[in-house]
Amino acid sequence: MVDLKVKVDKLEFKNPVTAASGTFGFGEEFADFMDLNDLGGIFVKGLTLHNREGNDYPRMAETPAGMLNAVGLQNKGVDYFINTIYPRIKHWDTEIFPNVNGSIIEDYIEVTEKLNEVESINAIELNISCPNVKEGGMAFGVNCASAITVTEAIRKAYDKTLIVKLSPNVTDITEIAKGVEGAGADAVSLVNTFLGMAIDAKTRKPILSTITGGLSGPAIKPIALRMVWQVYNAVKIPIIGMGGIMNATDAIEFMLAGSSAIQIGTANFIDPQVCIKVIDGIKEYMLEHRVEKISDLIGAMEV
Amino acid sequence: MKKIQDCKLKNMRYLNDDTYIIELSMPVMPEKIESGNFAEIRVDKTADVFLRRPFSVYDVNYKDNTISFFIKTIGKGTQLLSQLQEGENVNIIYPLGNSFSKIENTKTLVIGGGSGIAPLILLGKELKEKGSKVVYLLGARTENDIHLVEEFETYGEVLITTEDGSLGEKGRVTDHSIWNKISSFDKIYTCGPDPMMHAIGKIAKEHNIECEVSLENTMACGFGACLCCVTATHNGNKCACTEGPVFNVKDLKW
Repeated sequence: MVDLKVKVDKLEFKNPVTAASGTFGFGEEFADFMDLNDLGGIFVKGLTLHNREGNDYPRMAETPAGMLNAVGLQNKGVDYFINTIYPRIKHWDTEIFPNVNGSIIEDYIEVTEKLNEVESINAIELNISCPNVKEGGMAFGVNCASAITVTEAIRKAYDKTLIVKLSPNVTDITEIAKGVEGAGADAVSLVNTFLGMAIDAKTRKPILSTITGGLSGPAIKPIALRMVWQVYNAVKIPIIGMGGIMNATDAIEFMLAGSSAIQIGTANFIDPQVCIKVIDGIKEYMLEHRVEKISDLIGAMEV
Repeated sequence: MKKIQDCKLKNMRYLNDDTYIIELSMPVMPEKIESGNFAEIRVDKTADVFLRRPFSVYDVNYKDNTISFFIKTIGKGTQLLSQLQEGENVNIIYPLGNSFSKIENTKTLVIGGGSGIAPLILLGKELKEKGSKVVYLLGARTENDIHLVEEFETYGEVLITTEDGSLGEKGRVTDHSIWNKISSFDKIYTCGPDPMMHAIGKIAKEHNIECEVSLENTMACGFGACLCCVTATHNGNKCACTEGPVFNVKDLKW
C-alpha cells in the first residue's frame, strides 16, 4: 500500500490531486464521470459578493497546446453558493475549497466572512490573480504592496487555512509569494493563467471579446514548473502547484519542484476523468519507483 | 447520463470534397439521443488541435449500436477527423445539451444551412412521429453543397435555395417564396450559420411565430464546466452546452 496523504497547513488531503477553480464547476458537472469522493479536493468556481454575468461571448480561443479564456468570473454570488450549491455537494468525502474574488478589498472581506461561518469548509483560496476582470482580480496580485494589503485583510477575516492564488504575470513571483507569506497566508497556489491574446488574421479582429485572456494548458507547463520551484526555494509555507498538468508524470514533476499538492485545470475539459487517472498514475509511479510516501517527493528534485 | 465512450470508426461517407458523415460503433447500446443533442469528439492528434470538437448527432441506431455525425471541414480539427481510418478508435463524450421541442400535430418549417443540417433529419423523424407536418428549407451556396435531400424527403417536403441558383430558388433561405405563406406555419426550427439564424429569428418575431435555434458557440468542455460558450438571454448568460444548444429566440437578446 502506498501512502498518498499530504498535508497543506493543518489540512490533510487523502491524496495530492485536486481540481482547479474555474475548470471543475462545483464538482456536480463531473459526477457522471467519476466518483468525486476519490479526489484530494475540489477548488470550486470563483465566487464574488454578488451575481456576476461575466464577459461577453466569445470567451475562448484554442491555441497551440492550450487555450485562452476570458470568462470573467461568472457566478451567482457567495450567498447562492452557501445556501443552494454547498448543501448539495457537502456530503462528498473530499475537501471543498471556495475561490474568493472581489473588485475591492471590502468585497473580498465580505465574501470571506460569509465563508468563515460555514463550519465544514476548512480553507479558502484567495484569488488575486484573475486576469479577466476589469477591476480587482489580478490587479491585486501583480503588485507586492497590494497583494500584502489584501492578504492581511483576509487573514483578519478568516480563521481557517488561507491559500493565496498567485499570478504568473509578474516580474518576480517570489517577491509576491514572500509578501503574502509575511501577511499571513498559510499556503500559496500557483500559477493562475498567463495573460495572452489571439487574433483572427482573416477578419483582423481579436478572437476574445475582451481582446486579452488567460492562457492555460500544457503550453504553460515549463514556466509554471519553474515558478513553483522558485517559490519553493523562497518561502516556507506549502505550495499547491498547477499549470498544464495533463497526466501523472506532470503531477510528479510539480511535486518534485516543491508542490505539496497539485491542481488539475484545463485537462478536465478534454478528459473529465483525468483527475482519477492522475491519482492512479501516481500510485503506479510510486510502486515502480519504490516510493512509500508521496510526501517524500515534495521538493525532492535532485540537482 | 453523460458518458465517455470509446468507439470505432465504422464507416466514413464523403458527400463531397469537404463534407462527410462518420459512423461510429460502440460496444454497448447508445444512450437515448434526441435531436439537438451533441457529442464532444476527441481529436487531439497534434498540438494545435487541443480541445474536443462538438458535433450535433446526425443519427443513432440502437440496434447496430452506432452513432453518426454530419461534418463539414472548416478547420484543422474537422480536417483531422476527415482523415480517420475505418477501425480507428474515436473517443466521445455524449449525449450533451438539450434538444428541440417536439410538438404534436402542428405545421413546422425546419430550416438548415451549411453543416447546420446535422440535427434536422433526427428532428424531422421525431416531429413526424408526433403527427406534425414538416417542410424543410435547405440553403447553400451551390447545388454541390446541398446534401441528403432524399433522406430529408422521408420526413417532409424539401424546399431548396442556392445562392447561385444552381438548385431550387436563387438566393438565401430568407429569400424563398415560402415566406409568403409563413402564417400557415406554427413553428420554425433552424440550425446554421449565425447570420442566417439571426435573420430567421427576426422574421419569426415579426410574424409572431415560435422559433427555436440551435447555436454553434465555441466551447472548451461541452458539459458546463468552462462557461465559455455562453449566449446572452433575457435571464442572463446561459451556457449553450447545458442550457442549449437549442434556445427559443424569444429568450435570446437578439
